[in-house]
Formats: sequence, C-alpha cells, structure tokens
Amino acid sequence: MGTYNTSDFRKGLKVQIEGTPYVMVEMNFRKPGKGNALYECKLKNLLRGTVVDRTYRAGQVLEEADVMEFTGQFLYRQGDKFVFMRSQDYEQYELSQEQVGDVWRFLKEGMECQMMVFNNLPIAVTPPNHVVLKVEYAEPTARGNTATNVQKPVKLETGAEIGAPAFINTGDWLRIDTRTGEYIERTKEPEA
Amino acid sequence: MNFDFLRRRAELLDRLRQFFCTRGFLEVETPLVLPEVIPELHIEPIRTADGQFLQASPELAMKRLLAAGSGPIFQVTRSFRAGECGPLHRPEFTIVEWYRPGDGMAAGILLLEELLHALVPEAPRCARTSYRQAFLRVLDIDPHSATDAQLATVSEEHAVAKPQAMDYADRDEWLNLLLATRIEPQLGISEPEILYHYPASQASLSATTTDAHGAEVAERFELYWKGIELANGFHELTDAAVLRERLTHVNAARVADGRDALPLPESLLAAMERGLPQSCGVALGFDRLVMVAVGAKTIDDVLRLPQAMD
Repeated sequence: MGTYNTSDFRKGLKVQIEGTPYVMVEMNFRKPGKGNALYECKLKNLLRGTVVDRTYRAGQVLEEADVMEFTGQFLYRQGDKFVFMRSQDYEQYELSQEQVGDVWRFLKEGMECQMMVFNNLPIAVTPPNHVVLKVEYAEPTARGNTATNVQKPVKLETGAEIGAPAFINTGDWLRIDTRTGEYIERTKEPEA
Repeated sequence: MNFDFLRRRAELLDRLRQFFCTRGFLEVETPLVLPEVIPELHIEPIRTADGQFLQASPELAMKRLLAAGSGPIFQVTRSFRAGECGPLHRPEFTIVEWYRPGDGMAAGILLLEELLHALVPEAPRCARTSYRQAFLRVLDIDPHSATDAQLATVSEEHAVAKPQAMDYADRDEWLNLLLATRIEPQLGISEPEILYHYPASQASLSATTTDAHGAEVAERFELYWKGIELANGFHELTDAAVLRERLTHVNAARVADGRDALPLPESLLAAMERGLPQSCGVALGFDRLVMVAVGAKTIDDVLRLPQAMD
C-alpha cells in the first residue's frame, strides 16, 4: 500500500490509521504567513461511521487504505443477510443489515449498487441516488383530499415505510432519493 | 468566471497605483527568478530547472533597491510558494509590497490603514491590538511570559486538535497553533484589526524592541479583516550581522525538520552592510484584499484565470 503526503490531502481520500480505514470528509488548509501549515481534517471511520478531528503538519504522511470499490448487484435478502454479487466476476458478498445501514430500505433484487470492501471484507453499500419502487400498501384517502402538502406513511415493496403525498395509492410507482430517504414523485412502472 | 469580480479587481489595482504615485512612491519591477532566497522555516520556494528560485516575495530585491538609494518604492508582483493550496492560498499569487525610508512601525501602520481606506472607503477604522492583548482576550494567557506547560494546558482547555508528531519543545509552534486555530478566526471581525508586537522569536526580518511590560517583542504587524490575514509589515531590521544569525538559525531548523538549507541572500546581506536606510515595509496579499472587498468566498473567485480546484 502506498502513502499520502499532506500535499495529497483532499476530500474523499481513503486512508488507514492503526488498521482502521477512514475517508477524509473535510480538509481545511490553514497557514499563517510566517507559521507552519496545518491541515485540519475530519475523518470518517468507514467501519463505524464515527467522525474524528485530526490536525496534521506539512510533510506528514498517512497510509493509503486497502479499500476497493466496485459495482455489485443486490441478489436477495435472507433474514438479516443481504447478498450481493460483484458484476465483474460473480463473486458473492454477504452483509448484515447493520453493515448495509439505512439504505436496506431501498434495495430491490437486481439493483446495481456501489460496494466498498476493506481487506476483502465488505464494509459499505451505496444504492443509486434515485430508485423507483412499488407501493405495497397505502391507506386509501378520502375523495377530494388531493392536497399535496399532507403526507401519509406508505409501505414499499422492500418492506420500508416512507412519507408520501395523500394522493398515492397501493400499486403506484414512486421515485425516491436514497440519500435523504424522501419521496420525489409518482412515476410509471419501470421497464423490465 | 465572475467578470464582475475581475472588473472590480482591476479598479482596485488602479486606485492602489494612484495611492502610491500621489505619495511619491516609485513603481518598480524586480526579477521573479533569483539565485538566492531569504530562507524561511515554513515557506518552501519553487526551484527552477537551472537551480534558481521563483521568488516567494519581492523583499530581497526591493531591499537592495532601497539600500541603493531608491527612496520610497512599491511593486505589484507575482510570488510563488510550493504546496500552498486552499481557500485562501494559491502556489502563485499577487503581492503588493512597499517600503518607505524614515518610517517606524507606527508610521507604517498608519500608511497601511490609509491604503485600506483608499481602496475600500467603507471599511471602518482599524483596531490596534497587540499580540499579547489578543492572547489575553481569547485565551486569557500572556504569550510572552507563559511557560510551555501553560501553553499546553490552554491548548487542551480550548480543544485545539493536537497536530500529529508536533515537537512541543518549540514554543513558537505552540503560539502559531493557538494563533492559527483560535485567535485568527476572531481577528478583524467587526472592523479591520492590526496585530502588532509579535514575540521576538518570530521577528523574521523586523527590528525588535522592549515593550511596556518589559518583554522583548518584534516590530512586526499584520492586518486582519474578517478573520483573514491580509498584510504583514516590518519596521525593518537593518543590522546585517543579526540577519545573518537569524537566517543561519532558520536553516538549522529546516535541517532539523528534515528539509534542506537554502542559500543565504549574500547580495542583500552585503547591501545591508553598506547601509540599509531605516524604513517600514509591508507585503499585502492583493488577491485576498480583493476577496474581502468584493465579498468573494475563495481566492479562486478573484483570480484572472482560476487554477483548477480539487
């Protein structure tokens, strides 16, 4: 594995500190005219999701993290296990619901996701930013109540519940932003 | 590209030239490529293929002109510093630098303030705060008399993230860390602020004196506005022997830090031995001044052709 010098520091860099992988989520270069340069970093622990502050001086180095990213397909869910397959070589990876995180709510069989593995163990899954899912159940709304600012909970085909406008019915197809978990719009059934 | 910012940048430059010309300053142009530098512990010069340097500031050349009898001079020029890149830093940036013989620190501060108001008429009057007052105000500690242990304690109390592998035996490292992380962001918020009387150990190329509290301090000052460092000024050191000693010390510190020693500015030292008039000199980061004047968020917004940001 290589190393990164402070001059390589930037947002998105994946580094390893004492065996733990981190991603640099913020980097602020501070330098008084005659003083030493400081690199104020926020580093997110890729295993736990916690964020730590670290300050480095010019010339210091961090180890590159043994993190690999690739496209994988979500195959199926079995209890607490979510099974994915690397598109390139059909290698399968199993993740627990905790490892998948909140995005489990939007995973549909066959969906292509970005996967991250550390030392060959999967650590994160990122679904597409926008996904289209079917409403499995929506409470019928009284006729005439077509206001769009009233939200009601609806159940999606993945088993997750999200807030949607009152006019949404069972069997509708919704476009959802997986980053915020919010309803965007009602849409047509996607072509297979 | 924000052409409105660029137009206002050009207007500010016009006004700046008028300001200096009406005060009898001569505009000069000195070489960008030089065989020697003024070594600095924390500034990395950029080397050319033939072993020379792109200037990190025009100080060396301008002081030689001053020693040769130029009288008051100013220059608008590019300067280059390796590896400096951030919202307020570019490896290539524009410095406005001037020297006026006869001035002490007070006259130098006054001239800087006049320039600021000529360029940004709506700027409030500058507050004047000593380095000691700033540390007392924000951290409740006297930077000149505090022990290294007290600096460590105050740093911990104010949750200053401790840099990895920092040598805490060096008190200037402590002071710089506290200044950069806790004091600078609060300087010049309601009005532009002049910070003066730095510790003598951070005199750089300025003369030193004894302040009212008996501490040895540098006749060095900086202008801050909206938390941004805009200018650095010196009541200039004129003693060649003292400068040689300081620069030799800088080179030793560079070597101890695993970097190379830089060639001493023998041409400047020789000029100082023949006689450098007493003067005050100031370097102004012109890009940053434009940023503050037009309300830009980053230095790239006010560059003629922005360098790509990551």
